[in-house]
Amino acid sequence: MTRKIKLLAAILLFAGGWIIGSNNNTAPVITSSMGGASYAGGYQPDQQAAAMQSEGAVALRTEQGQVHIVENGDSIQAAVEAAQPGDTIQVMPGTYSETVYIDKDDIHLLGVIQEGKRATMDGLGKLNDAILYSGNNVVIENFRITKYKGNGIMGQAGNNFEIRNNVIVDTGIYGIFPQLGTNGLVEHNVVSGIEDAAIYIGMSDNIHVAYNEVFDSVAGIEIENSRHAIVEHNNAHNNTGGILAFVTPGLPIKTTEDVIIRNNFVLNNNTPNFGAPGSIVSGIPAGTGILVMAADDVIIEGNIISGNKTAGIIVNDHSFATTITMDVESDPNSDRTMILDNVMLNNGYDTIAEVKAVALTELHTGLVDIVHVGSSEGSCIVNRHRYRAVGIGGYGDCDFTNTDSIDNYLVAGGADRRVIHPSERGEIAYLGVCTGCHSYTGRLIGPSVQVIQAMYAGNPEGLVKYINAPVKVRDNFPPMPAQNYLDAETQLAVAEYMLALEK
Amino acid sequence: MRKRTAKKIPASHDILLWICGTVLWTLFTPVQTVAADFTLANQCPPGFALDDSNQCRLRSLYQLYDSLQDQGLGGLKTALPSHRDGFSPQQIDLGRLLFFDPVLSGDKNLSCANCHNPELGFADGLARSVGANGQQHARSAPSLWNSAFLKRFFWDARSNSLEDQALGPLFSEIEMANTPEQLLANLHQVETYPALFAEAFPEDENPLVVDNIVAALTAFQTSLISLNSPYDRYAHGDSSALSARQLEGLNVFRSFVARCSQCHTPPLFTNQQVAVIGTPEPEGLPRDIGAQATFNAKRLRGGFKVPTLRNIAQTAPYMHSGRFATLREATEFYTKGRGHAVPEGEELLLHWHISEPNLSETELDRLVDFMGALSDESFKPSTPRRVPSGLLNGRPNFSIVELSGE
Repeated sequence: MTRKIKLLAAILLFAGGWIIGSNNNTAPVITSSMGGASYAGGYQPDQQAAAMQSEGAVALRTEQGQVHIVENGDSIQAAVEAAQPGDTIQVMPGTYSETVYIDKDDIHLLGVIQEGKRATMDGLGKLNDAILYSGNNVVIENFRITKYKGNGIMGQAGNNFEIRNNVIVDTGIYGIFPQLGTNGLVEHNVVSGIEDAAIYIGMSDNIHVAYNEVFDSVAGIEIENSRHAIVEHNNAHNNTGGILAFVTPGLPIKTTEDVIIRNNFVLNNNTPNFGAPGSIVSGIPAGTGILVMAADDVIIEGNIISGNKTAGIIVNDHSFATTITMDVESDPNSDRTMILDNVMLNNGYDTIAEVKAVALTELHTGLVDIVHVGSSEGSCIVNRHRYRAVGIGGYGDCDFTNTDSIDNYLVAGGADRRVIHPSERGEIAYLGVCTGCHSYTGRLIGPSVQVIQAMYAGNPEGLVKYINAPVKVRDNFPPMPAQNYLDAETQLAVAEYMLALEK
Repeated sequence: MRKRTAKKIPASHDILLWICGTVLWTLFTPVQTVAADFTLANQCPPGFALDDSNQCRLRSLYQLYDSLQDQGLGGLKTALPSHRDGFSPQQIDLGRLLFFDPVLSGDKNLSCANCHNPELGFADGLARSVGANGQQHARSAPSLWNSAFLKRFFWDARSNSLEDQALGPLFSEIEMANTPEQLLANLHQVETYPALFAEAFPEDENPLVVDNIVAALTAFQTSLISLNSPYDRYAHGDSSALSARQLEGLNVFRSFVARCSQCHTPPLFTNQQVAVIGTPEPEGLPRDIGAQATFNAKRLRGGFKVPTLRNIAQTAPYMHSGRFATLREATEFYTKGRGHAVPEGEELLLHWHISEPNLSETELDRLVDFMGALSDESFKPSTPRRVPSGLLNGRPNFSIVELSGE
């Protein structure tokens, strides 16, 4: 015991001497973040989009569709099913226990708040997810969501989404989880008591997460396998980890790049980890302010990072995480981490053995604002002298001091839809669908194209009418399923294509 | 007690499908009647457009959509992953003849179709396939539907192309047990093959070579497209295409409780990654280390490629070694507890989505209902009534020994 103390004392003395010796009381060079060069990397929107810069992710409607009112006791899903793209659904205050799924485009699902009373979706601890959407241009606002087993709000490949002003309490795995979507805004939500991440952006591009309060969850805000994301003006407090940007190996989208984490409060994220065994976040040490793992081009700027007991900022690579899978296609390193001015107070006051071990290699003891573990290329920092930092010896000085030139990475007016010329639509629909039952000559399951051509020569509209609502014409043929799910343009295109076929 | 029962296939509805398929294919195979007079199709299979350079190009409604990073993963209206096409009608048709011809195996008894039987979802109904010499393989035969979209092949993801994959079974001692020399010699002995290869590969001075054999097999496999299931109609906007039960199942499938869609991601219903899920091996068999061998990575011990679920209802039994006789049992595996089937002393780094979802019996039933909505065999090619070698399958296709339930 005595021997241990003596050894520690010797190390400390040595460390103190080294620091005094190397600094020699010279005043450090202070870099001002006011003015100066701004970050020039990141996402370059095309000029046309830049010209029509708007605030949101969903283009403003030029005309409003129908408004459907859902009264307490009614079904929200019934309203979704009745709604057409362009419609708005207003859900009155009350309690709704159901899973709502939106498999159509351009639906605005709005809770109505009256004197503080919200439309509350209550999963009763039994239902899986509160709201699922797969359509584009979906807006979800003003709900209170609680006691679901899965997610509060989950997007699957919907582009151009806005999720705002929702209160999500004690519900399942993720509070808000857009996945595989482009161009989304998640703002002004209050999310707490979540077993994994309160707000989880998974495999998505062009994302803005702002003005949210996330707390009492394992992870506050997670940007995972996503690109061009800004996380700003959020309050992430009392989670296990505050704000995370990382690459999970083994997912089909392999990178996280170009993430700006700025002007957030990241406070006292010391909640013991209650993540499910085996989950990625279950490995996050309690007391993590900001975590960057295997993500590239991450900028950390203007945050107030305080009271996180393991460290204010942890940057590491996959080898640090022993519980995650191996993926040859996944680059394990965090390259080009850029730490600009942040206010960092009282972090790392009760850190973990792994951080202590790294610190000791640099003869550092006590508080830890920043710890970087693993190899990294092109990382930089501004005013490094301010921080209690370990592992940043390889960081250069950034040649910019702010990200003022970047407002957001949203695609103004919404991500473009693939435009297919009607002539191509006809061929696609004919070959993709019709040829399963119709061939040019001879009977297959349905009559031959030649027979159809004889019936509808010069009358594509008549053929459109038929495929919309087929009636049984021939006794010995099975009935044809209606093709009314194809939009009118595609229906006409396929009718014209079919009537013009020559072989 | 598991019991083995011999089951005679096809059942009557399979015969119906077979007849439909035959009718369908004959339309694209104008002349194919006399044994010595095989002529290759000059039209593409259904679903393909013939372009100006005599190449078949896939057309699908999914081409109307986009996907994140063009990876072909997402939700309903999401583009498919990139795919292989661009083969000529003749190459595809030659591939079809080769696929069904037992002359490809060392003992001339086994064709590709023995283990990838179109009447059984292009699998064989066996827990573990049986090769030319009667040896049982360690793994089951995967379905070939939609393999045009896959980037990795074999359960352990060890191959990166259909051509490379084809070399595996052809020359594996426990599969078709042939050698390149023997294979070429045998094909040259068949009167029609040199001419058919010349027709399919007109540019080549010496067309009957192993490269062209696997190219033709690849061409045929890329034509096995299944994208017109009830699910697809729902995805394209037909809200009535799924039954109430199937729709309920879809919502369980994509919920973050069951998390099925996290790996079996639409529209292909696979994310094409390797996952360690810890299914039990058949009794008495050692742990199959799977992708650990491919990537020389202990963390991938027991890892296998996530299979597509399209036409999954047709390909019982399930998992890499066919441990589960029914889709219901395979589904139930996921809710019996993380690692419940991993034996003591076995260290597997289980996938993070293997969790404890506590699905109800009803939810399991609905998941099975939904997976049934992923069936579409409307583009199934016909089995040739005769193949150029004139050989009959020595081990009849349709006599199948199948694991039945408990």
